[in-house]
This record gives sequence, C-alpha cells and structure tokens, in this order.
Amino acid sequence: MSRRPYLRKVERNWWLGHRRTITYMVREATSLFVAIYCAVLVLGILRLAQGRTAWDSFLSGLSSPPGVLFQLVCLAFVVYHSVTWFALTPKAMPLTIRGEPIPGSVIVSVHYAAWAVISLIVLIAAWI
Amino acid sequence: MTDTMPLEVLTLEVLTLEVLRYRPEIENEPKFQTYTVPYRDDWVVLDALNHVKDHVDATLSYRWSCHMAVCGSCGMMINGEPKLACHAFLRDYRHGVIRVEPLDHFPIERDLVIVMDRFMEKLASVKPYAIAKAEKPLEEGEYLQTPLQLMAFKQYTQCINCLLCYAACPQCGLNDNFVGPAALALAHRYNLDSRDTGKDERADVVASNEGIWECTFVGACSEVCPKHVDPAAAIQQTKISASLDWFKARLWPGAHP
Amino acid sequence: MDVISADIVIIGAGGAGLRAAIAVAESDPSLRLCLLSKVYPMRSHTVAAEGGAAGLIKDNDSLDNHFHDTVSGGDWLCDQDAVDLFVNAAPLELLQMEHWGCPWSREPSGKVAVRPFGGMKIERTWYAADKTGFHMLHTLFQTSLKYPSIQRFDEYYSTDLLVDDGRCIGAVAIEMRSGRMIAFHAKAVVIATGGAGRVFPFTTNGAIKTGDGMAMAYRAGAPLKDMEFVQYHPTGLPGTGILITEGSRGEGGILVNKDGYRYLQDYNLGPPDPWPRKKAMELGPRDRLCQAFWHERKKGRTIKTPQGDVVHLDLRQLGEKKINERLPMVRELAQSYAGIDPVHQPIPVQPVVHYTMGGIHTDIDTATALPGLFAAGECACVSINGANRLGSNSLAEILVFGARAGRSAAAFAKTNPFGSTGGANRGADAAQARIRTLFARDSSGDTVSGLRKAMNDTMESGAGIYRIEATLLESCRILAELRARYENVQLQDRSNVFNTDLIQVLELGAMLQVAEAMAHSALRRNESRGSHQRLDHPARDDGSFLKHSLATYRGAERPAISYSDVVITRSPPAERVYGGSAA
Repeated sequence: MSRRPYLRKVERNWWLGHRRTITYMVREATSLFVAIYCAVLVLGILRLAQGRTAWDSFLSGLSSPPGVLFQLVCLAFVVYHSVTWFALTPKAMPLTIRGEPIPGSVIVSVHYAAWAVISLIVLIAAWI
Repeated sequence: MTDTMPLEVLTLEVLTLEVLRYRPEIENEPKFQTYTVPYRDDWVVLDALNHVKDHVDATLSYRWSCHMAVCGSCGMMINGEPKLACHAFLRDYRHGVIRVEPLDHFPIERDLVIVMDRFMEKLASVKPYAIAKAEKPLEEGEYLQTPLQLMAFKQYTQCINCLLCYAACPQCGLNDNFVGPAALALAHRYNLDSRDTGKDERADVVASNEGIWECTFVGACSEVCPKHVDPAAAIQQTKISASLDWFKARLWPGAHP
Repeated sequence: MDVISADIVIIGAGGAGLRAAIAVAESDPSLRLCLLSKVYPMRSHTVAAEGGAAGLIKDNDSLDNHFHDTVSGGDWLCDQDAVDLFVNAAPLELLQMEHWGCPWSREPSGKVAVRPFGGMKIERTWYAADKTGFHMLHTLFQTSLKYPSIQRFDEYYSTDLLVDDGRCIGAVAIEMRSGRMIAFHAKAVVIATGGAGRVFPFTTNGAIKTGDGMAMAYRAGAPLKDMEFVQYHPTGLPGTGILITEGSRGEGGILVNKDGYRYLQDYNLGPPDPWPRKKAMELGPRDRLCQAFWHERKKGRTIKTPQGDVVHLDLRQLGEKKINERLPMVRELAQSYAGIDPVHQPIPVQPVVHYTMGGIHTDIDTATALPGLFAAGECACVSINGANRLGSNSLAEILVFGARAGRSAAAFAKTNPFGSTGGANRGADAAQARIRTLFARDSSGDTVSGLRKAMNDTMESGAGIYRIEATLLESCRILAELRARYENVQLQDRSNVFNTDLIQVLELGAMLQVAEAMAHSALRRNESRGSHQRLDHPARDDGSFLKHSLATYRGAERPAISYSDVVITRSPPAERVYGGSAA
C-alpha cells in the first residue's frame, strides 16, 4: 500500500506560536500564584495560632520589600486570573429568566459586584 | 466557481501562495511549494487553489464541495489559523504571502488532505442521535417543542464537522484520544434537546477523562468555529452538569435525573 | 481485485442514500449493507439545501391540493400515480425525521411550523430555519450511526456497475486514499448519487454534483429520462452561484429590476400584492421566474455587474428581527459573499442552474430498467417533478423514495441470488483496464479543466433557459467532439494516494455523457414545457409531447432518444395559471 500518513510533531514550545495560546498559558500560570498565595494565607493562620511572636514575624516578613513585591505580583496575577475567570462564566452557566437568556454582560457584572462587596467587607473587617 | 481568467481583467495584481505539499509515494516529508495566482476582489483562497489546480498544477489535492461554508470539506491552516478555504477572502490577505497547510493535529494523507478516521470514531462514540426513553409512535404526531425549547439547543446543532476546532485545540494536539470539541458539542446538543433522554448513555464517553475532563477551557475552538457553535461553552456546561449528576448519583442512588 | 460481498450496495450517502440505508437496516438488520460515497456523508450536497420540505400538515390543506400543485407545477409531465404516492407518504416521513431529532422550526404552541413556498397553494413546507437540508442531512447521518448493519465506505469513488445477463450484480469502486480498486458483489444496488448541475458553468451545486451515478446507470443500459429538464433557481448570488433560498421570498422578499419595479407582474404572475402571495408574483414557480428574468435582460431592464446581469431581491421590509430569526444564513451568505447586508440593502441575484428534474428512469418502486438496480433522489426520475420541480418537494422526495428504494432493494435481495462470479470478474477487469489506460497514456491530450470549460460553455449557450434548434444542434456537435477528445484526456497526476486529478477525469467523463443526453433530449423536444423553453416552439404541444423522453446510451455514438407515456390519472392537462387568475 502506498499510503504513508504523516503526523506533524507538536513541539514543546507549541504555545508560543499563537497569541491566544500565549495568553492561555499566562492565565494557567496565574493559578500557580493563586495557589502560592493561598498557601501563604494558610501559613498566616498557622502563625496566628502559634502566638504573638510568630504572628509578628510573619507580618514583618510580609511587610519587607521583597514581601511587598511578592504580594504585588500575586495581586496582579490573582486579578488577571479573576478577570479572565469572570469573562468566561457566562459560557459555563448560561442563565435564563422565563426562557429568555440573560446577557453575558449581566452575569459578569454580578461577579464583579460580588467581588467588590466581599472585598469591601474584608477591608472593613481588617481596618477594624 | 468560474475557473478561468476573463479577458477583461486588466489589472495583473498577483498573490503568492505557499502550499504545503506531501506526496507519500515520492517524498518522505511534506514541503512547501510556491504558486502565483491572480488577485481578484471576490475570490476566496479556495478559488485560488482551484486556479492552481486548473491552470498550473493538476496534482494539488484538497477537499472541497459547496463553496458556501456549509459542507465542512475545505478546512485548512491559512497563515497559521484554521479556516475554511471557501470563507477566507483574498482581500484579507492581499499583502504578503498566503501560507496554506493542512489542518493541524491530523495525520496528512496527501497535500492538504488529512486523515479524519479518528474524528469519525469520536463522533460516533458520543451516540449523537435521539434517544427517547419511550418511543412515541408516529401516529401520535410530533413531540411538542416550543420555540424556547428549540432555542435552548439550536446553536449546538449548527456544527458542520469542519474540524477547525480540533486543529485549534492544543489538547487535541497533545492527546489524540481527546474526544474533542465538535463531538462533545454534538453530545450536548442532544442532551439539551427536550425530546432526548439519553444523557446517561452518553456519559461513559462524554464525562470521562478523555471526554470533557481533558478540556482546560483554552477556548480556541470557539474562536475559530465558523458557525459560532461555541463548543467551549458546551463542554464547560457539560462539566457542571456532569459534576452535579455525579453528586446526585451518590447522594440519591437509584433516583433518575 | 479485492472483492466484498454484500446483499445490498448503496452508492451515494446524501439524504436519499442515508434514508435508503436506514430503511434497509430497519427492515432487516441481518442484511449485509455497504454504503459507498465519494465524500464523507456530511459533505453530500443535501447539506446545502435551505428552504424546506413539503408535507401536508395544515387542517385547511389536503393531499389533493399538494397533488395538484405538484402536477401543474410540473406542467403535467409528472406521473400522477407516483405523485399520489409521494404526497401521501411525505408527511409521515417528515414526522419520522422529527422523531429522529430533526430541529424543525416551531409555532408558539410547539407544533411544527410551515412556510409559504413557490407554486404551493397552501403552506406545507416544513423548515428548519433556512438550513433545512443541512439539518436533515445531519439528522439522517447521525441516526444512521445507530445501525451497526450499515457498513460505510467513505471516500470510495464508484466507477462502474457490474452487469451480467441483463442484471445489475454489483459495482466497482476506487478507494480514494490508496488508489486500490474494489469489486462489490451485491444482489441489489441502489444509486443515490444526486444531480448533475456541474455540467453548467453557473450553478448552486457543489463540486461533487457531477452525475456519476446517472452516467453509471446509463452506461449499464438503464435509460435516462427527461434529461432536457434542468431547473434554474431564480435567486443565486452572482459569480459564486451560491443559493439564496426561495424561503426568502416565502417570508416576503420581492424581486425588482433596475427601476425598482416588481417586474413579475408583466409576465402573468401578478397582481403585485404588497406581500408575495401564494402562487403569485415572487411565489410563482421557478421556471416562470427565470424566464421572466431572461426577458427582462433582453429588454435591458436588469442591473449590470462585473459578474453578469442581476435583479434585486429586496428583504428590507422584513426587518432585522425576522431576518435573523427566519433567514439567518441568507444574511450571512449575502454579507460574506456579496458584501451586502440584506437588512439595509437588496441582494443582487441571477438565475443559476440548481436541479436536474431528469435522471435514471425508475418506476414507482424505484426500480430501474435493469433488474437489481434501483435509484432514488435527484439522480432518479420517477417522475414526480415532471417538467419543473416545486421548491421543497425535493427534500421530501429523497425521504419518500430513499426509504422506498431501501425497502425495494431489501425485498429484491431476499428473493434473488448473487450474480455469477465470472460475470462480475469480467466487469471488474474491464473497469480496471479503463483506469490503467488512463495511467498508461502519454500526456498529449486536453486537460480536464480545458474540456470541462468547453462543456460548460456549450451547455450554457446552447441549453440554457431558452433554447433554439440551431444552438442545440451546435451543442450536440460540440459535445460529440468533446467526448471524442476525452478519449485522449491527460491524467496529469499519476499517483495512487488521494489522486483528485483522476477523480476529476472520471467525473468529467460522466458529465460529458450526461450533458449529451440533456442536449439531445432537448433538441428532440419541439415544444416548450416547464423549464424546457424553445424560442422556435414556444407553445406546449400535448398532442405530440405529453411524453417522457428516454435517452439510451450507445457508446461513442450519440444517444438514442425515444418516448414513453406519462401516467395521467385524475388531473387532465390544463393551462398552468399563476398570479391573480389562480384559484
């Protein structure tokens, strides 16, 4: 038989070939920072439980220049992660009212609103 | 659909096509071949390929039929993007070389023709046909389905099986066993159809590791879909519904959804 | 050559072929069935049909109405027993499609909706938005996956039928991906390969509509019937020929000339009610509308464009909402391929070849003149369409006669043995020799594209909307010459793996044979009826020509043309009336 189907290899750097795959990989990478920051928060709770000294040293670590830089980077990635996540929610959960579809922009706005409200509550609690 | 140059064309603007050729009987690997084609305002890449085949090189092989973006035959990579050759207008590629290659992630049979056997298997595997618990006899007339009920699944009926989504999806490139966007969107179409009750029967394939769970919501499939089927949405919705079904089955075993 | 044995072989996996396959599988799952197609089933041209499928549904309608609309639409060349069977069977077939999941458009109550269509007195055209053919084909293909007894051979190009002792005993096909030839020995063969619009240069038809099955049956001794009747669709996009569905007129679209005038009223199709009325103006039958265009062009009242003369299909009065709901594909097609948005501008349209009323002669059970050979769909001529097909009858026809062909083939296969192996082998060897000759030939003859263009040109000029003896004679002469030159046609691609040049050469051979049958049948019919219009014989002549033409293959010689009776039962030939005077 003269057939010889040829399968082109997928290179290791396949994702660099297209803008949407680069942004996809960045989006996926942000999960890493979300995970790391969650770990930091868990560590914080642990230090809190271990007493004043532990807690203070945890806080001073976070307030140091590298600590602040780290938190800013995490914040940037978490925001990017959330923004991309919100944008995709209408696709995963198409909602309807009496059969009429709710516009995607409404669903996304509700997410932002909830985010704003919860952030406000957390900030106020932290202030107090 | 005309295959000649009318004499009244005085402007001799031309474009260059770089087409990936592969003739398994005479070469080991695909390689590019360059063709010059006339530029015409109302031409699509398919017209340019037909010009090549009719007037320059009859050995160029590719699939095509309807020339109106409904049969799904002419999917190709055009400048690195999966497109229907009959829906890629030369006027959008006027400046620069047009690179034409067969769809990514499929074995190349010959020139721009890919092997789509695996896709046909995947399509069949999701049981893409109406499954009704109790068959309604024809004498009783049609299943009533309101316009709203039709709207619920209508968009997922529009897939023309052109495979652009499989070419765009990185997971399809990395895992040949991934059931893939079009097949999963079609399963979703039937799951959402008010006349169908076959969701459970499809779950073995659909809600498996190589079904919806292989998808990481890159979203490339929906971006390239010429019919706006939005297979990414179909898959994410199926993830939620499959997860809910999984919990329901464990919390209320024996109950039917 | 490899041999595969089956009870039934179906060639063509479009609407009719798939429906036939399902009918066989349902009638008896133990029957071995091979379904061959030169393309994957989803690519079949059924997919491009838009408007709808006709079947009685409304309380104020009747089978009789559908019958009479069809018979008069066909200018009384329809076999009325077949039409009766068709209108009776259509509603149940469409309902079966619904049960199989076809997404028919609905009324608010949830019942299936219908729309007005050309030449139909009362609405009975079931539709799925403006992609009915697409939805029907995909529903049929997906449903066919339920039946394990349907064994598909995708991308197998059938080259010849196997005939022995006057009976069809199988077929030979090329496995396109490898170039390997396979002989299928079968007890019954069904041809469902579609029409032959690609014989003409401007057509709605896709590349694959090359009349392969018609030619195969013709060469095997089954006559082609009524080949002179080729339908032009009034509204194709200029240049590409892309179909703009009749449904757009059903929803209220109007046709105007360069003066913005609804010209159809000048051709006994008026009066110009504000809304296209059933059987009037834009909802008149296709042949009349195309003929009106031809006259308007002669009068200089059409609009000139680089792609030829056009008129305007104006949908603006429908409004954006209705267009998006009922005609979304029309909007998309106009935007992509004509660069206009029908919500704001009229669509330029011109008549383009669309449907082949003629085809392989069959009886009411889809049996051809060759025992063991059946045919259904556009490739066949029963005839229910006569001299002019009404829109939306074809999508219903493929279901009714596709199912019938499956059942007829199944019954035949159960009561007949295989043909002789010796006979089959002889046929297979001949088919293989034909292909080998192509590969062995030197490269001095015409190219496929050159001959194809010459064929297209002569068919357009000689056998277009209006015909005259002189141009038909010229076309016949040119076609004979082209057929002779075809014997030396160049095969430029000598490979085995997916050789599309080879396929195009074979398709051209089929088209030349079919074109010759069309031209000679047209030459001999000295009257005007339906879509066959003779400037030199402008009247209908029931005395001499209330008959079917039959073209019989005679090898390199021109076809023999003979005639057969039309079955007239309860609708005696009358004058075709549309417009204001229509009841």
